[in-house]
Amino acid sequence: MAVVTQSAMTAEPSVTSPKMTARDLNLFYGDNQALFDVNLDIVERQVTALIGPSGCGKSTFLRCMNRMNDTIDGVTIKGKVTLDDRDIYDKAIDVVQLRARIGMVFQKPNPFPKSIYDNVAYGPRIHGLVNSRDELDEIVMTSLERAGLLKEVKDRLPEPATGLSGGQQQRLCIARAVAVSPEVILMDEPCSALDPIATAKVEELIDELRSNYTIVIVTHSMQQAARVSQRTAFFHLGKLVEVGETDQIFTNPKDERTKGYITGRFG
Amino acid sequence: MSLTYLLLAVALLCAVSFYFGRQRAVALSNGRYSNLHSLPAHYGMYTALWCGLPALGLLLVWMMFEGTIIQTMIVADLPEEVTSNSGLLSLALNSISQIAAGGGEHLTVSPEIVEAGHRLANLNTIANAALIVVMVSVALVGLALSYRRISSEMRARNNVERLFRYIMIVCSAIAILSTVGIVFSLLFEALHFFGKVSPLDFLFGLEWSPQTAIRADQVASDGAFGAIPLFVGTLLITLIAMFVAVPVGLFSAIYMGEYASPKFRAVAKPALEILAGVPTVVYGFFAALTVAPFLRDNGAVLGLDVSSESALAAGLVMGVMIIPFVSSLSDDVMSQVPKSLRDGSYGLGATKSETIRHVIFPAALPGIVGAVLLAVSRAIGETMIVVMAAGLAANMTVNPLQAVTTVTVQIVTLLVGDQEFDSAKTLSAFALGLLLFLITLGLNVFALKVVQKYREKYD
Ligand SMILES: Nc1ncnc2c1ncn2[C@@H]1O[C@H](COP(=O)(O)OP(=O)(O)O)[C@@H](O)[C@H]1O
Ligand SMILES: [Mg+2]
Repeated sequence: MAVVTQSAMTAEPSVTSPKMTARDLNLFYGDNQALFDVNLDIVERQVTALIGPSGCGKSTFLRCMNRMNDTIDGVTIKGKVTLDDRDIYDKAIDVVQLRARIGMVFQKPNPFPKSIYDNVAYGPRIHGLVNSRDELDEIVMTSLERAGLLKEVKDRLPEPATGLSGGQQQRLCIARAVAVSPEVILMDEPCSALDPIATAKVEELIDELRSNYTIVIVTHSMQQAARVSQRTAFFHLGKLVEVGETDQIFTNPKDERTKGYITGRFG
Repeated sequence: MSLTYLLLAVALLCAVSFYFGRQRAVALSNGRYSNLHSLPAHYGMYTALWCGLPALGLLLVWMMFEGTIIQTMIVADLPEEVTSNSGLLSLALNSISQIAAGGGEHLTVSPEIVEAGHRLANLNTIANAALIVVMVSVALVGLALSYRRISSEMRARNNVERLFRYIMIVCSAIAILSTVGIVFSLLFEALHFFGKVSPLDFLFGLEWSPQTAIRADQVASDGAFGAIPLFVGTLLITLIAMFVAVPVGLFSAIYMGEYASPKFRAVAKPALEILAGVPTVVYGFFAALTVAPFLRDNGAVLGLDVSSESALAAGLVMGVMIIPFVSSLSDDVMSQVPKSLRDGSYGLGATKSETIRHVIFPAALPGIVGAVLLAVSRAIGETMIVVMAAGLAANMTVNPLQAVTTVTVQIVTLLVGDQEFDSAKTLSAFALGLLLFLITLGLNVFALKVVQKYREKYD
């Protein structure tokens, strides 16, 4: 067997025409380096799961992909992240439009203190995606439908979103992200604040969204990664250790560290 | 002052008892503090408190009753014809205390009074000596008793805890009682006023000219006590102040909180807060000597007739005074909007100003409203600036270029100078004060309710 170098392995040349890529990505919080030479490809219309022990840089990496790290003071980024072969850190890129193309769902449900309707309508309104109230209604309804929430909330759209249950709030946040028709949806531990039943619903939803969107999900639950994702990337101490088909990662990991984490020997 | 020495002595005794109490506990512990129920310092504290508190309590009671008791003793010995007339009596008591203080040689008074003066001096000396003796012995007794109670099982820690609770209860009681006292005296005097002037005339009258005849033979009006012009003036100035303070304060808060780099913020925020530290009297003469003439001269250039004391000048300067108040309060509420909401908005591709307008500001709005209401109640109660810059004429006008007067200004002018305490003119100050108090109280309560409601939402 040939000797495989670390970067050759993580770059995984097998993926053709990825939706997004990261190349030699290094990130520093002030003087602390949080990501080391990360090379990762995100395949279109698949769910990619990022796993790894706490503090290994999963969220940090995820936030690099829609430049949310720009909102944090003292962050320096080296390397390249592309969306459809264009560098998203290029000066010519409009961050605001970029984030409309790459939606994000956060760990804790964070609906705005507005009505359910206004939450979903927020994105289309600020981006001027609609010309009439009817069009807006249409987008709100389809987004809620896609997020599997329409049946539960269609009679209470003017009510405050903060009155929904945690699971409903999280699906509302997904609907809110879907409403701006992004190409990629990033999710940072979207189920960690939810009970098992709400979690099952969100997982089901992620599986359905896969047919229209490219999804990257951070999760601390390996079962969840196994259930929802097609590809899995394992991070450890700021480095991408291994990435591959989810089946392969869970049944036949190449790296000792991956094996150790998956079998629960450390983490 | 003997009182200062006395307090120092008690403090010293407390320190001594702390030391002894602690020593005793250490001795009882046989070198292991875990043999004791509480830490040695707790035992020290326990003895110190028992030494100091009863003595201080005694001092308080003593000071409350000493004067009355001594006076009763003096009065009892005065001749009948003096005590039966209250005017003569207060005159006599005055002379007596002068003589007792060592003066009064120029007074032409009867020998009884002189003798009473010496007696008073005597009594005072005795009382002082007695106070010292009694206080020190109470402190010593407290020390001895608490010292003897110290044992390894004694729960000094819990006892100290309880004593501190009582101390705090007493302190808050003092704060509350003085507020209640002030309110009641306001209420009482205002009622007195309403006995002379009908409340309806006061509340709805359109004319304010409190000049009344002091002596029956003087030519003067009966006075008119309609408070409306004063409140219109107050409102006008408050409104102008808010027109300055709300936008400027709010936008500077938004800039400081959302846009400014940490470095700039570290400099600019304290600088803004210095504005809050400028004494209002400085703002006052700034308004009267700089802003008002400036407005008048420029008004003249524009062909406007600006009076040299105008509501505009006072309102503008008051607005500047309130800026830091509005900006620091709204900065607080906006920074309490959770980061997750900002992230949610940025994550959807919103710009900074969109996020501020559509997410942060609406979420913080109740808190900002509360901040503005608190600022309004401050503006209404503000006195110094308007006294100096707004004028005294109780004009009923909403023209900001004219002189108006405010409730606080009138209260000041009513009470400055020689007054007959019982006249309607003087008493009307209390009625105005009461009304002002009720209005600001109402505003504050409402504002705090609004702010609280907002707080609950994110907890
Ligand atoms: N805003 C921040 N400022 C400074 N350091 C951070 C910040 N966010 C995360 N880090 C650090 O970066 C590392 C990776 O964190 P994170 O990406 O949140 O890990 P994960 O999501 O995998 O648990 C951690 O060591 C963390 O302390
Ligand atoms: Mg994380």
